[in-house]
Amino acid sequence: MTETRIDRRFASLKSEGRPALVTFMTAGDPDPATTLALLKALPGAGADVIELGMPFSDPMADGPAIQAAGLRALKGGQTLVKTLDLVREFRKTDDATPIVLMGYYNPIYQHGSEAFVADAKAAGVDGLIIVDLPPEADDELCLPALEAGLNFIRLATPTTDDKRLPAVLANTSGFVYYVSINGITGSAAPDASRVAESVARIKRHTHLPVSVGFGVRTAEQAAAIGANADGVVVGSAIVSAVAASLDSEGRATPATVPAVLALVSDLAGGVRAARKSVAA
Amino acid sequence: MTAPVQPNSYKTGPDERGYFGIYGGRFVAETLMPLILELQQAYDDAKADPAFHAELQALSTYYAGRPSKLYFAEGLTKHLGGARIFFKREDLNHTGSHKINNCLGQILLAKRMGKTRIIAETGAGQHGVASATVAARFGLPCVVYMGATDVERQAPNVFRMKLLGATVNPVTAGNGTLKDAMNEALRDWVSNVEDTYYLIGTAAGPHPYPELVRDFQSVIGTEARAQMLEQEGRLPDMIIAAVGGGSNAIGLFHPFLDDKDVEIVGVEAGGHGIDVENGHAASMTGGRPGVLHGNRTYLLQDADGQILEGHSVSAGLDYPGVGPEHSWLRDTGRVQYVPIVDQEALDAFQLCTRVEGIIPALESAHAIAEAVKRAPTMGKDKTIIVNLSGRGDKDVHTVGKLLGMDI
Repeated sequence: MTETRIDRRFASLKSEGRPALVTFMTAGDPDPATTLALLKALPGAGADVIELGMPFSDPMADGPAIQAAGLRALKGGQTLVKTLDLVREFRKTDDATPIVLMGYYNPIYQHGSEAFVADAKAAGVDGLIIVDLPPEADDELCLPALEAGLNFIRLATPTTDDKRLPAVLANTSGFVYYVSINGITGSAAPDASRVAESVARIKRHTHLPVSVGFGVRTAEQAAAIGANADGVVVGSAIVSAVAASLDSEGRATPATVPAVLALVSDLAGGVRAARKSVAA
Repeated sequence: MTAPVQPNSYKTGPDERGYFGIYGGRFVAETLMPLILELQQAYDDAKADPAFHAELQALSTYYAGRPSKLYFAEGLTKHLGGARIFFKREDLNHTGSHKINNCLGQILLAKRMGKTRIIAETGAGQHGVASATVAARFGLPCVVYMGATDVERQAPNVFRMKLLGATVNPVTAGNGTLKDAMNEALRDWVSNVEDTYYLIGTAAGPHPYPELVRDFQSVIGTEARAQMLEQEGRLPDMIIAAVGGGSNAIGLFHPFLDDKDVEIVGVEAGGHGIDVENGHAASMTGGRPGVLHGNRTYLLQDADGQILEGHSVSAGLDYPGVGPEHSWLRDTGRVQYVPIVDQEALDAFQLCTRVEGIIPALESAHAIAEAVKRAPTMGKDKTIIVNLSGRGDKDVHTVGKLLGMDI
């Protein structure tokens, strides 16, 4: 498979000696213009990889914050096609920052897997994280995506034991997303030392970068987790910042974009400090 | 959609990956995948263990009250003046519906697996009550997720669950109905993987649930088939059951699937009418294939693949999906699936109550309504079995309100 923006980004951060900050937000939350403004500003605020959530009516693996973000987006009329439009627009001004689409399978299945893969690639998407497609279902989307040159990023969890890990990693590319807790997004913070052990365990099975997410909210946590991981994913905290900035009708305000960027800058400081204490 | 090749037997599914044709499968988050595989192993072991079958058999007989009777509905037959109608009396089971059959099987599995906490989702509350019942019987804590809308319209069942010691968690996400309760139960399971057993109430969800729920419910059809042969000396001409998720229907249908002369009819909730957008819960009549709650099946959804809520007067039928085996049986043409609208079900509810002295569940009233349509067009020498899947006491408030009575 040819090198993707994700591969290049993790390679360059490795030479910088720091983990990636991977930010998540839901496309169209609360409206497409806000998402586009955020997309354009996030790299400058320190986001290294951008995960864009494709809203789904039944987000079974998500906690209240991301559920609410998805409902806001759907209420605003967001669709899979409109999400691809946002990526296409973003690519006009940024050809370096990797974009990963994250979501559930049904909207893609309705669009048609082959058509989706082609449309996503053409729009400038680099990778996919589809929560409800385990390796047992690789023929549905994973294999066509790999063939088209998109990374297919798999979640590994504490329940993924050493026996199962090779199957999970077999068709994974770009990076491995280690879910640090058994739970839904936005749950309690993970224990950094246990996470370090788990990352080490996964790295015994793969050369891919390992990013860690679920429950990371603050710069301090990002620094602690990032000390032993190749990337730190922050999602619920960011969509919560969006939610807190909205007016009483749920619309974006002048405070929305600055609030998110302030949080991301802070988190970026965290990942940049991650290895310093270790080195010292 | 082109019909698949007709199989030699309709009873061989699912395959080892959990598929009935293109339907079924295991579309779950990685956290759950090892648990699903563990459950499958436990179920395969249990199936091969005579002690498991013996314990289930004893509980079915002495606790649930099986076998349930096959009753000749003379009053309804006379009223309609056509085919002779028989009711499979699942309403007489302990807890008042077919749901106990599946719950007994699964609680024994949970026990074998060493699980110490039970979670369940419920729509009408029948499955919640049955789950709370078996959890009480086996001394396990039970948490039932129930849509907030359903909590309100099924208050008597909520109280029963609480009496049985279960915790009822109202779910306010979405429209607060069955699919939202199932999402929340899945979230609980992901968060409590070590000790928790998810007791799914219908023949849907990731493999192996559709298979094991069907197997535990097939006692309905196995008994009905033997009873009909014994009482009438021949098989029925038609069997009818209501389909929400489809557990009572697959339980009745499965043992008859290879009896080519038995016509099989599944009744979906037509709600306000199939033409009313988001006004019904007939996923096979008015939906298209998609992926939700761990399986590929017919779903009510919009053009973007967002799941619709659906509507039915019956809380037990307004699920936007259906068990994957039904989707396959639909495509093969072995089973006809038809809608019955709210008003037809309400009429059948009242008719059955008056001419038979049996108050049926609103779910079962959908099946009766289809018999009301079919029986008069069939000869008096023909027979129909209708699955009376549950009793209607839980629905008297809903019906009273719709009839303008203050109760």
